[in-house]
Amino acid sequence: MGEAFHNFWLIVSKPDNIPIVLMMILISYYCWLAYSQARRNDRKGIQEAQEADKVQVWPYLVKIEFLATILVLIILTVWSITINAPLEEPANPTLTPNPSKAPWYFLGLQEMLVYFDPWIAGVMLPTFILVGLILIPYIDINPKGNGYYTFKERPFAISVFSIGFLILWVALIVLGTFMRGPGWYFFWPWEFWDTHRIVALTNVDFFDWIFGIPSKNIDGSFNLLQVGLGALLVGGFLVGVPMWIWKKYKTVSPILKEMGVWKFAGAAGLFMMMAGLPIKMFLRLAFNIKYVWVFGIGHDLFFNI
Amino acid sequence: MAKLPFVPPKPPPLDKLKKDITQHEAWKSIFRHGYQDNQRNRALQIVDNVFLHLHPVRVTRHATNYAYTWGMGGITFLLFIVLTITGIILMFYYRPTEAFAFGDMKALMNDVSFGPLIRNMHRWGAHAMVITVMLHMFRVFLTGSYKPPRQFNWGVGVILLLLTFLLSFTGYLLPWDQLAIWAVTVGTNMARAVPLQGSEGPFSNYLGLRPDNDIRFILLGGTMVGEPTLLRFYVGHCIFLPFIAATLMAVHFWRVRKDGGISGPVMDTKASAGAKYIAEQMAQKRLAQIKGVSTNGNGKAAPAKAPAAPKPAAAPVAAKPAATGGAAPAAGAAPGGAKAPPPWLKK
Repeated sequence: MGEAFHNFWLIVSKPDNIPIVLMMILISYYCWLAYSQARRNDRKGIQEAQEADKVQVWPYLVKIEFLATILVLIILTVWSITINAPLEEPANPTLTPNPSKAPWYFLGLQEMLVYFDPWIAGVMLPTFILVGLILIPYIDINPKGNGYYTFKERPFAISVFSIGFLILWVALIVLGTFMRGPGWYFFWPWEFWDTHRIVALTNVDFFDWIFGIPSKNIDGSFNLLQVGLGALLVGGFLVGVPMWIWKKYKTVSPILKEMGVWKFAGAAGLFMMMAGLPIKMFLRLAFNIKYVWVFGIGHDLFFNI
Repeated sequence: MAKLPFVPPKPPPLDKLKKDITQHEAWKSIFRHGYQDNQRNRALQIVDNVFLHLHPVRVTRHATNYAYTWGMGGITFLLFIVLTITGIILMFYYRPTEAFAFGDMKALMNDVSFGPLIRNMHRWGAHAMVITVMLHMFRVFLTGSYKPPRQFNWGVGVILLLLTFLLSFTGYLLPWDQLAIWAVTVGTNMARAVPLQGSEGPFSNYLGLRPDNDIRFILLGGTMVGEPTLLRFYVGHCIFLPFIAATLMAVHFWRVRKDGGISGPVMDTKASAGAKYIAEQMAQKRLAQIKGVSTNGNGKAAPAKAPAAPKPAAAPVAAKPAATGGAAPAAGAAPGGAKAPPPWLKK
């Protein structure tokens, strides 16, 4: 047991990984703080703030800021005295370390590279994350829950954001840091990071796996049946499902009515893209599915998804 | 009984000295107000201080509730200041060239007094800032604080989050060790895949994009992470990105004030609709103010625009009414055929 976790301990206690341990502790604490307040607010209701409730910034707010400043500086100083920042061998462009990892806060994105081609995982998804974040206030038309913790009044928004942040961002960072070893292979905490590990993986495309329809013909050209089915699948997922929901509920749901077609299209498109990530992750991890849609133009233009 | 003559008690000797100092012209030129604990001095303490006047004089009680705010925005700003100070000190000991960079780091860790402390504070502070800025965003989302009238400031915050990542990422290269160049190599390899701009992205062959003329080449100043990259990341890290971040921070903080201070449960569950209404009122009042000023500038008397011309429009206090439900009904009389306030604002 001790031997088994020795390797894990070496990784966890690497100086540059300490922030991630710190982050996990902080996020757990603040999640508890937020959700316990939300539960209390949902049960007891919230007290409207009154003009008479106002307090003077000096000393009531400045005092707290002063204490927080001292506390943060003490923590940072003690941390800096006790643990040295890493400084490895001098840069050597001819010697690639294995594993090569991006800075820890980008490891969620690096993990996505397992499931999507770089132009999606490294470019489109980060762009959509940023654009999606900026658009949140304009998409979320729910007027409730402005200025207090709640779950009951905005269950969908809180759930989606919490899953996005806690699982698709934070958990993937943790996975990428602690469980991705040489060759970006998955290692359990008790496994030794063997640089010579080779895993025989036979990845298969979705329609080959499910219907036995290959992605390419024998002469190397695209199999048009697969291209068509893939277009149906991906298009149906990203566009068809939102359109079906819109058609079915636009007259029934007051939320959809208030949103209007464009806000709904934007929100649903972003949501389906976000939902696509865990779906593709599941397909890859459970069934070794490489692409759900292989298509392109000519011989050097690929849009494999 | 004979009346005793009144003999004033002798003041303690230090009091005269204190009086001499605090009544002196030089002292009074620096400190504009007394320090007796009264409401006026507490207000002046904030208003007369260039650093503290970021704050309003008074805030709602929940703005001082740590369980509500988590203080993560403020801590992020504090860490930015710590990083600026330690970063400037580090710049005295560091040359961004292939020949010197790594050696300077070694010297910093082994020879410079307090060198390791300053460097460690810079690195751990940077990691901590990434964490606190993410937590700040999480808190703002969970409390719905991006809702009207704060939509724009949320967007500014997202850009600041991106800038924090970029600042950390550019700084990651500067030690010029194996960890640095390979982390940056992995990160910047993504630029190859940018559609229409990267040498391995979609359409690259049709546009004649090669490793030596695509967007990654512009980013790195070469086909691989090398000395030009080091200089680019150094200038980006020390000047370009902090400059943009500081500018956007000013916008971010200013908008916090203008959008009604720290968010809170101000107007029951219809807060959002109420805030929208207030934002409209604020815009109209601003317009009225500007019109008034320009008319005065022409030498004419300020026009009596509407018979129900708002008293609060003149008062600077009314410029930030969104923090309170109380100020809103008064603003309802703003000129320009304003809508009547929503029913829930009438108490």
